[in-house]
Amino acid sequence: MVKQKTSAQTRIRAVTDHAVTGLAIAATVLVIAPLVAIFVYLILRGASSLNLDFFTKIPKPVGEKGGGMANAIVGSGILLAVASAIGVPIGIGGGIFLAEFGRGTRLANSIRFTADVLNGVPSIVMGVAAYALIVSPHISFLPMLGHFSALSGGVALGIMMIPTVCRTTEEMLLMVPHAIREAALGLGVPNWRSVLSITVKTASPGIITGCMLAFARVAGETAPLIFTALGNSFWSTSLNEPIAALPLQIYVYAISPYDEWHRLAWAGALVLIVLIVLAVSLVRYVTSRGVLKGAS
Amino acid sequence: MGVGIEVTNLNAWYGSNHTLQDINLHIPANHATALIGPSGCGKSTFVRCLNRMHETNPIARVTGSVRIGDLDIYEDAKPVEIRRRVGMVFQRPNPFPTMSIYDNVASGLKLNGFRNRRVLDEIVEKSLKNSALWDEVKDDLKKKSGASLSGGQQQRLCIARALAVDPEVLLMDEPASALDPVSTSKIEDLIFQLKSQYTIVIVTHNMQQAARVAEKTGFFLNGRMVEFDSTHKIFTNPSDKRTEDYITGRFG
Repeated sequence: MVKQKTSAQTRIRAVTDHAVTGLAIAATVLVIAPLVAIFVYLILRGASSLNLDFFTKIPKPVGEKGGGMANAIVGSGILLAVASAIGVPIGIGGGIFLAEFGRGTRLANSIRFTADVLNGVPSIVMGVAAYALIVSPHISFLPMLGHFSALSGGVALGIMMIPTVCRTTEEMLLMVPHAIREAALGLGVPNWRSVLSITVKTASPGIITGCMLAFARVAGETAPLIFTALGNSFWSTSLNEPIAALPLQIYVYAISPYDEWHRLAWAGALVLIVLIVLAVSLVRYVTSRGVLKGAS
Repeated sequence: MGVGIEVTNLNAWYGSNHTLQDINLHIPANHATALIGPSGCGKSTFVRCLNRMHETNPIARVTGSVRIGDLDIYEDAKPVEIRRRVGMVFQRPNPFPTMSIYDNVASGLKLNGFRNRRVLDEIVEKSLKNSALWDEVKDDLKKKSGASLSGGQQQRLCIARALAVDPEVLLMDEPASALDPVSTSKIEDLIFQLKSQYTIVIVTHNMQQAARVAEKTGFFLNGRMVEFDSTHKIFTNPSDKRTEDYITGRFG
């Protein structure tokens, strides 16, 4: 009698196990599906317009066939380099302060709150704010500021990166076991050295993931660039001049009435996504080399 | 060489919790001294006061004096200097997961700015030999992570890391409590060898372990040191009724 009951219970458990496993698989598929759908659709619509010209030529005037987005690809690269140069160091520095030096202080709490609010500010608002602060002519007495430029676009994107980088850095540092910090302090290592050489290093895979998330997020931003980088139909690599960017170019082409430009917009969207994936993979590859066997 | 430790009227608090009350004792140089007592009796807090790790907790406070050799550690020196002279091994093995075996052992020196590679090589080899780990790891010193070793090996790696900065005193806070019996006996053998060169203070929950490795034993209860005497006397003929009750397993 008892035995029978046990086998019935076993069957119920097996069924539950299968059901939950099935739910988990279904959820995984639902997570991946949109990404795959977007990718497939972009390839269908955009791949046919991709050719060498797309990567080497600048846009042609309306009505002429061909032309490419070479200036926008390079422009996006420059904007993102400026943005990362601002957002990554400030964000990581802020995260280190929140997790290590300022923990529990009123200053840290207000920085954390500010970062969370900043994270929720719509990008169009960020663009308007950047315009008012660094693009509008009232500060043109400062070098390189007071007009539309690649620099101001990079600054706007960089500011958008700060809260994401800052908060993920903090979270990752807090996950480093207390025992590791104690080990370093117990060896007579000063606290600042222990933080930089042990805690941050231990948390670095997670911190890099945070930077990549922020990077990928701003790589596709259009709104803040409308008020800052402005866009440019010609070659420009100067930080002091308006500069083209892929999302801007896609936006302009997509709302135009010309079929040729629509096709180029699709191709641009495909290239943007592929470039983001490549950049993230490259950083992951480079930073994962040199990791030791068996490190957990 | 190890040095003796003189503790006078030591009191410690965590917030309003008075965890150590009026501790006085003399820990002899180049011997192993065991501290026993039930959980929460203050023995871990006590060893953490000996290298000023206690004060890494912001709510902690200490009064009284601790002299290690000629040095009053709360008057004459900074915490980082004390911790280089008083090494510590923790309850759970805590190698640095991002570092190789070699870098783990060298970390104390490297992080304090020591860069001479030839000398580092020598110190790493000597420390790993002293912690009886050299033969097991010498072939992949720089290839394998410290975290890839077994628990017992990791703990000996942590001992090597502590020895590499050439301390005078070695504090061990339940160093074998997370290890299996074979690894435990290796650690105990090691303590036997090391006490000729270092003064060792070991906190343990395992009374047989105290009896095996230590010449002197202190019994802590509720933040006070009830009795401190030769290990033989503590385990065969304790003067205090509470010590007797504890070692015969009547409580704790």
